[in-house]
Amino acid sequence: MNPMKIAVCIKPVPSPDHYHQVGIDPETKTLIRQGTPTVINPLDKNALEAALQIREKHGGVVAVVSMAPPFAEENLREALAMGADEAYLLSDRAFAGSDTLATSMVLAAAVKKLGPVDLVLTGNESADGGTAQVSAQLGEWLGYPHLMHACGLEVMEEGLIRVDTARENCRVVYRVKLPAVVSVVRTINRPRFTSLMGVIAAGKKPLTVWSCEDLPVDRCFLGLEGSPTKAGDIYQPDLSRRCELLDVPPEEIAGAILQKIRAAGLQL
Amino acid sequence: MDFSFSKEQDLLRKTVREFVEAEVAPMAAVWDEEDHCPVDVFKKMGELGFAGVFVPAEYGGAGLGYTERAIILEEIARHSAGLAMFLMTHHLGVAAILEFGGEDQKKKYLPDLASGRKIAGLSVTEPTGGSDLGNHQTTGELVDGWWVLNGRKCFASNSHLAQVTIVTARTGTDDKGRQSLTAFIVEGGNPGFAPGRKENKFGLRVSIMGDLVLNNCRVGPESILGGEGRGQRVALSIISEVGRAGMSAISLGLLRACLEDMVRFAKERKLYGKPISSLQAIQFSIAETKVDYEAARLLTYRALALKDAKQRCDVELAMAKYFSTEAVVKAAKRNMDNMGGYGVLNDYPAGRYLRDGLAGLPSAGTSNIMKIIVAASALA
Ligand SMILES: Cc1cc2nc3c(=O)[nH]c(=O)nc-3n(C[C@H](O)[C@H](O)[C@H](O)COP(=O)(O)OP(=O)(O)OC[C@H]3O[C@@H](n4cnc5c(N)ncnc54)[C@H](O)[C@@H]3O)c2cc1C
Repeated sequence: MNPMKIAVCIKPVPSPDHYHQVGIDPETKTLIRQGTPTVINPLDKNALEAALQIREKHGGVVAVVSMAPPFAEENLREALAMGADEAYLLSDRAFAGSDTLATSMVLAAAVKKLGPVDLVLTGNESADGGTAQVSAQLGEWLGYPHLMHACGLEVMEEGLIRVDTARENCRVVYRVKLPAVVSVVRTINRPRFTSLMGVIAAGKKPLTVWSCEDLPVDRCFLGLEGSPTKAGDIYQPDLSRRCELLDVPPEEIAGAILQKIRAAGLQL
Repeated sequence: MDFSFSKEQDLLRKTVREFVEAEVAPMAAVWDEEDHCPVDVFKKMGELGFAGVFVPAEYGGAGLGYTERAIILEEIARHSAGLAMFLMTHHLGVAAILEFGGEDQKKKYLPDLASGRKIAGLSVTEPTGGSDLGNHQTTGELVDGWWVLNGRKCFASNSHLAQVTIVTARTGTDDKGRQSLTAFIVEGGNPGFAPGRKENKFGLRVSIMGDLVLNNCRVGPESILGGEGRGQRVALSIISEVGRAGMSAISLGLLRACLEDMVRFAKERKLYGKPISSLQAIQFSIAETKVDYEAARLLTYRALALKDAKQRCDVELAMAKYFSTEAVVKAAKRNMDNMGGYGVLNDYPAGRYLRDGLAGLPSAGTSNIMKIIVAASALA
């Protein structure tokens, strides 16, 4: 079997330890993440782990790709430390505010620029935006078949993979011809811990930065301006706790509580 | 002057933290309660390079330095000071071979130790007093080309686990009539060498500590580490530069644990309708702990910058060890004070921090001994 080239798309998301620092821009309806420490989107680590396992079995090259501000170099170094071979940071002011369509267009342009890629892996959704749209859109831009919710992945023979996808009550198993885009869920594997040797090696691995100029993308379809998605509203839910006294006889208390819960919109 | 860590060191800290939060934090309280030493976790740490962090790559290590070692110990001690103590003591044996061993000894021992396949220890202290190094009762005699060691060591960390232990013994007297010590590499399985009593410690549990008994233990001359009669130098150098650095780093982890827990508790606990973080007394104790943590951090990493630059750092490490270990005890008590009655419940780690902090005081030399070293340098 020929060694495979696998691209893994990773996204920096706010570190869960710093969620309290993330705000919402009332004008643009986008998240204000500036200055918040980031981590690699957890599911993207599963995607990277899946790629590394394939490379360990069948040989090849794993490239990580991220469209993000310059600080994401840190996240890409971490991916290199985990074991990826090369990293590409797609960074340009013109990309800022891009919706999933614009983002996937830029990612697709970068993947094409990498040369023949056999497999593109992503996390199923990001921990911040959580739209779960990018991977499918990526598949469309590239003209590759795409599958979501992958909980198992195996190379069967040259150019053919088996993908197990998780549904609510069952698994659906696909055989997919490569190249393809697959997005993975948490249960597919347990991402490895990074070794000190990995951290040292990461410093010597290639990390390339591509700007808008380096990619064949039309500026009109980029950034906030070029993004067709306009969030109607986005708000922070009120998580404050209140104490309410129910002045009803003991035998009616349970019913009264149920009523309150239903009135608050919870279906019981 | 640059007080920042390199990008590589930041990444290293992040990856170690991830490991510790996943594999150590959830178990730390149970290990402490059961005094369980998780050798399997040590093996995993070995695979990740922690066991040989400062060992050059040619001997199977990660090829980093003592600063990176401290980062690792700090991160582990944030959740389990006992586990950090286990690793830190392993490093004592590893450093002794790396810094004083001949090429053959390094090639023979370091690859297994750096990868965590084998565990090391350093046993100097005897029942006649850890502070009184010149009063060794353990003897080494050259008989028919073999060194025969006899005596009892105490307070040896990793005593019941180590396959490779550096042991000091009295092998003669120098020209001034003082004891001359020699350091030997003694392997587990030697019929004359066995662990004795295992101590039941109230702090730094998880890390095993006990006696080592040498009963006509025969070792070949190739086991001598650093040269005959040079054992005092081996012991003092490793204890002062690697042992005290380790205790300082472990203290940093404990100080951060106290600080983070104090902040969280102060924000959650409500009295008089408000979180107790609004009480100035609570704020002050948080401020004191924060200053202690930052000061300990500066002392420790500054001393280690000297160590990694191969400069003298014994006094700097004595200051770091003295300040940071004492600071933990104060911070842990403040944490308990702020928690009121909850502070004494074993459901919280507050009591463990205090126990671990107290157990750290004598390890690698008591505070009095640290002050003697610092005073001697100030008065010189
Ligand atoms: C958790 C733990 C792990 C340890 N691990 C190891 C290990 O792996 N290997 C090893 O060899 N040892 C180890 N030790 C032993 C440690 O190094 C000794 O406990 C320490 O050196 C003190 O010796 P001691 O306990 O005999 O106390 P002593 O030396 O008997 O001291 C008793 C008291 O006298 C004071 N004192 C002594 N001399 C002076 C002086 N000149 N001036 C003023 N005061 C003085 C001391 O400060 C102390 O308060 C460990 C100890 C602990 C607690």
